[in-house]
Amino acid sequence: MLTTKTFFRKTKRGNILKIVREHYLRDDIWCGSNLCSICKHKSKDLVLDEDPESRSSLYPQGHYLVLDTNVVLDQIDVLEEDALCNVIILQTVLEEVRHRSSNVYKKLRDIIGDPKRKFYVFVNEHHKDTYIEREPRENVNDRNDRAIRVAAAWYQNHVNASKGARKEKQKVDVVLLTDDAANRDKAIGEGINAASMQDYVASLIDAGFLQDKLCKRNYVLEGESKTPLFPPHLTPAQIHDGIKSRKLLQGTFLASRENFLEGSVNVEGYEKFILLQGKLALNRAVDGDIVAIELLPEDQWSVPSDLVIQDEEEDPSDLLEDETELKAIKVPKNIQRTPTGVVVGIIRRKWRQYCGILQPSLVKGNVRHMFVPAERKIPRVRIETRQSENLSKQRIIVAIDSWPRNSRYPLGHFVRALGNIGDKETENEVLLLEHDIPHNRFSDAVLSFLPKLPWLITEADVTQRVDLRHIDVCSVDPPGCTDIDDALHCRELENGNLEVGVHIADVSHFIRPGTALDKEAASRGTTVYLVDKRIDMVPELLSSNLCSLRGNEERFAFSCVWEMDEKANIIDTKFHKSIIRSRQAMTYEEAQLKIDDETQQDSIAKSLRGLNSLAKKLKAKRFENGALVLASPEIRFEVDSETHDPIDVQAKKLRETNSMVEEFMLLANTSVAKKIVQDFPECSMLRRHPEPPQANFDPLVKAGRNRGFVINTASGKELATSLNEAHTEDNPYFNTMLRILATRCMMQAVYFTSGMLQPEEYFHYGLACPIYTHFTSPIRRYADIMVHRLLAVCIGADATYPNLLDKKKNHELCYNLNYRNRMAQYAGRASVALNTHLFFREKVQNEEGYVLFVRKNALQILIPKYGLEGTLYLSKKGEVSPVNFIYDEEDQSQKFEHIVFHSFDPVVVQLSLDRSNVQHEKLVFKLVKPVIPGFSIPTKSDPEMVPKSNIVPKRKTEEKPTGSEISGGKRGRRKKQKK
Amino acid sequence: MSGQDLVSDQGLRVDGRRANELRQIRVRMGVFGQSDGSAYLEQGNTKVLAAVYGPHQPRGGGRGGNRSGTGIINCQYSMAVFSFSAGERKKRPRGDRKTQETSLQLRRAIEAIVQVELYPRSQIDVFVEVLQSDGSDYCAAVNAATLALIDAGIPIKDYSVGCTATIASMGASEEVDSKDETGSGTGIVDANHMEECTGATTLTVVALPGAPGSNYESDTDNSGLVVVAQGTGARLHLSRLEGLRQRALQGCRDTRVILDQAVRFHLTTHDPHFI
Ligand SMILES: [Zn+2]
Repeated sequence: MLTTKTFFRKTKRGNILKIVREHYLRDDIWCGSNLCSICKHKSKDLVLDEDPESRSSLYPQGHYLVLDTNVVLDQIDVLEEDALCNVIILQTVLEEVRHRSSNVYKKLRDIIGDPKRKFYVFVNEHHKDTYIEREPRENVNDRNDRAIRVAAAWYQNHVNASKGARKEKQKVDVVLLTDDAANRDKAIGEGINAASMQDYVASLIDAGFLQDKLCKRNYVLEGESKTPLFPPHLTPAQIHDGIKSRKLLQGTFLASRENFLEGSVNVEGYEKFILLQGKLALNRAVDGDIVAIELLPEDQWSVPSDLVIQDEEEDPSDLLEDETELKAIKVPKNIQRTPTGVVVGIIRRKWRQYCGILQPSLVKGNVRHMFVPAERKIPRVRIETRQSENLSKQRIIVAIDSWPRNSRYPLGHFVRALGNIGDKETENEVLLLEHDIPHNRFSDAVLSFLPKLPWLITEADVTQRVDLRHIDVCSVDPPGCTDIDDALHCRELENGNLEVGVHIADVSHFIRPGTALDKEAASRGTTVYLVDKRIDMVPELLSSNLCSLRGNEERFAFSCVWEMDEKANIIDTKFHKSIIRSRQAMTYEEAQLKIDDETQQDSIAKSLRGLNSLAKKLKAKRFENGALVLASPEIRFEVDSETHDPIDVQAKKLRETNSMVEEFMLLANTSVAKKIVQDFPECSMLRRHPEPPQANFDPLVKAGRNRGFVINTASGKELATSLNEAHTEDNPYFNTMLRILATRCMMQAVYFTSGMLQPEEYFHYGLACPIYTHFTSPIRRYADIMVHRLLAVCIGADATYPNLLDKKKNHELCYNLNYRNRMAQYAGRASVALNTHLFFREKVQNEEGYVLFVRKNALQILIPKYGLEGTLYLSKKGEVSPVNFIYDEEDQSQKFEHIVFHSFDPVVVQLSLDRSNVQHEKLVFKLVKPVIPGFSIPTKSDPEMVPKSNIVPKRKTEEKPTGSEISGGKRGRRKKQKK
Repeated sequence: MSGQDLVSDQGLRVDGRRANELRQIRVRMGVFGQSDGSAYLEQGNTKVLAAVYGPHQPRGGGRGGNRSGTGIINCQYSMAVFSFSAGERKKRPRGDRKTQETSLQLRRAIEAIVQVELYPRSQIDVFVEVLQSDGSDYCAAVNAATLALIDAGIPIKDYSVGCTATIASMGASEEVDSKDETGSGTGIVDANHMEECTGATTLTVVALPGAPGSNYESDTDNSGLVVVAQGTGARLHLSRLEGLRQRALQGCRDTRVILDQAVRFHLTTHDPHFI
């Protein structure tokens, strides 16, 4: 027992609270240096080299580095490079970093975990010689700075103390790196070597590329003008007081995508966004930041300008631009003004790393360049780099460091290059980064929790599970699917009823709670499907092998088995962990053929037919309850197997078997949801789909009325009926388009913890189902793993653990899962867009399409063949066209002479790719038919492309039930509105 | 503190202890002149006072339950209203469900060591008051009561010693550490208040660990072993019970050594016959 000394730390919280905590100091914390002969190290603790090599001209003597907290927080990009080794991380620093930035903390821990880097964590706060107490009137920061200096001095003495005995050894220095000038001066005064990160890095051999990554805090103007361009920000204390006294408001700043001089702040308690106009009003806020704003007096309120202004200044000088364009807006008297304000302080920066391209300086040899982020809402960033020639053709990542008052642009530093602009790989990488999708290789820590191969089923496994290997189970999935997480069976029972089983991959058997593997999967939340790439939630060994219910392999499953009568009424439901052997992994098409081919009478065929007929009955019942059939255009790329370039695009086909699998997945999910809520009313993970507010349906109702249909949106069931009845003879695609519009009116379906809401709010609107969850895809969705764990506890197959039953933790988890899901969905769409662009790169093509919406200056066009949507501009700002359309807001139409455009009208458009902006290639839609002289494009000579007078889509209209969110989303099935 | 592992990557807990280390235990015996035996015990910031009265004639008009010929142990466990180190105040020192239940459990722990059959038609009162609470209160109460019984000169079979073991986290570092350093057992012993608040499952063990050399691991004599498992809502999986139990038992043995030393020191400095 090594308790040596007890200290009391008294912390006063509020005015009354006194917390007394024990703080044990130890004499068994070692220094981690190979040079030391005093400490009784275990070999794994010997991290620091005996004879560290110095690459710095400032400190030619071999040395260990001690880092101050500010260095770790600001210069993590430099630290992540392999350049700095033999580093001592003090516990004081580690703790401060942990509290200040979880992101940097995670990176730092990864570096510490890398044995090559030789980072040693010294627990100075519990070491008897390096612990210091806070002195009266010393603030926490000063105390921590002092603790760092004390530890640095201790190291200096300690590692060289044993030198006496080994004279031949070189002395090892300790160098404190800190960007805090005061701390540095004090350290030097106390005889400790100290330098700033900037000076130290500059003194290294081959410093160039490291210097690019240094965090930039100060901006020295080249010119003479040093007058600040922006008003100062208030201090945190002033902001605090201001908000308390209600003089200031706080909220999240959202930059406008169209107009870089405009933004808005969403303030709690205010119905409307608060408008910010002009550079000075924005006052260096960057999209996402939490800011403090001051509301202007009402007579200075303005209205959103509706202008598109891009920051296209070629010369990045430090003059604020003329904002006459913005000021010229006269606010019409009759229009209601928007509350307008100015940013007076930043409460929290939400800066991340941004993808973009370099805009090299016009001056040769200049190291200062501009960085243009891909995201238009982010301002350009000044960076310094010595490799501009090389980087100018690449996509790069830059981090923002600061935004001083005298700089028009924020300052940042180069982080890394992604690859050449236009490369498929690079563009995918950009896409993943911009959607915040974790896509690194799985770390060794994560992989260490994978089962060892060969993986064998043991006797013990068999006794703990129900053996279903004798049952003819099969799986039905999209072609090329390697992460098969569900399989089915159906057989007749002796009493004439049917037994239906849904068998789901038993992922929770392999992913144990709390392991690094589990944490990684929880953080990723979902597998992300891009057109030509899959970013797995769990390592491949699990996703494509051990968990995947492959044909003719024995696998663990979590089974849900029902007894049903002829009419698909459930008589009994059972859940158990099982062992299965799928007889065959089929595609939808194969399964369909098997069902349709009556000569096939094997048990699989019978089983499929049984399932299919039950599924139809289940589906009918669901629709009776008011489940919605929604639609979203879905497309599939034929991808060249070598170049991975898309060769052809087509809308997807759906077969009966898709819907069959879906029905049973739905049923399993609902059954499981009921079961877990029964046992865990407070902490079950469920999925809800809120009913949209009636106002959401306006565009749908208007569009329907236009064609003479009444769309009743009072309830889901009425909506479903209205949609079913809306058909027109002349336009078979009409109904689908109506459903696409209906989909746009919907809310997002979300995961939630049952204890956070009232049971009435569990309702799933789209499925018309009082309670719902996700159980059937644990390989690619983390929510399902949680549900598996809960269900396993319900049936006594597994144990609970604290976090499983922690309502708050679950709530946080849901938040992350919803976020990841949304991002995965956006990334999927962006990937489709990227591939569409690649597909149209060398082509100009005429296609048949329909008007989806009519807008003020444009038509939204849908191309059913590609499931593609785009904007056909009718007028452009600043362009005088001989053809002037007249917009009728009530009628939702655009009219020119005798030609009128309504929603759902057929058109022919020409598609081409506008590549003038490297970062934002866009697909351009131009009108071909109907012909409007002076506006439409002349029909090309290609006779095939000439539209027939009545345009009929070649493909059958395709409908997509909402339910597809359950089983859907496998390869390429991800473009759903409400996932 | 939520979300944080109880044991850091460097193998230390927040207060600087390793997983298997107890807090500092300080003991004073014979602190009251009035009572027949008394002890004051500190386990870190958990501070407990115990007093023993008796054996004496049962009070309350003999409810008839005493005909069996064995003595009665009467226990009262209470917590001072100001005892919480977290700052909040307790409404009543005793009488609420929790303290009543703890009183009962305390009686079990004491009945296990006092040879009640030696005291027919008698009663022994044990009062324990937690003056300051900082986790593992019940264990400290048991330990203090044992010392007070010794101070009162009541023959006991063995020390009745309590210790808690709490599931730390399932992080890789902790599992490795606990294996190579301490041989058996998982979890952290003698949790303080902050560690208890993380909501992890805590196993409280009251044991008669015997003399240090003897091997109780084989469980040959667990008749005297009183085990109380308590946690904050979370259920404990059977597979983890043994590791926790081992860890807690080791904590009991370590505690016994310290208590024993304290008793011997007390006896050499104050000869009980002359008080
Ligand atoms: Zn040493």
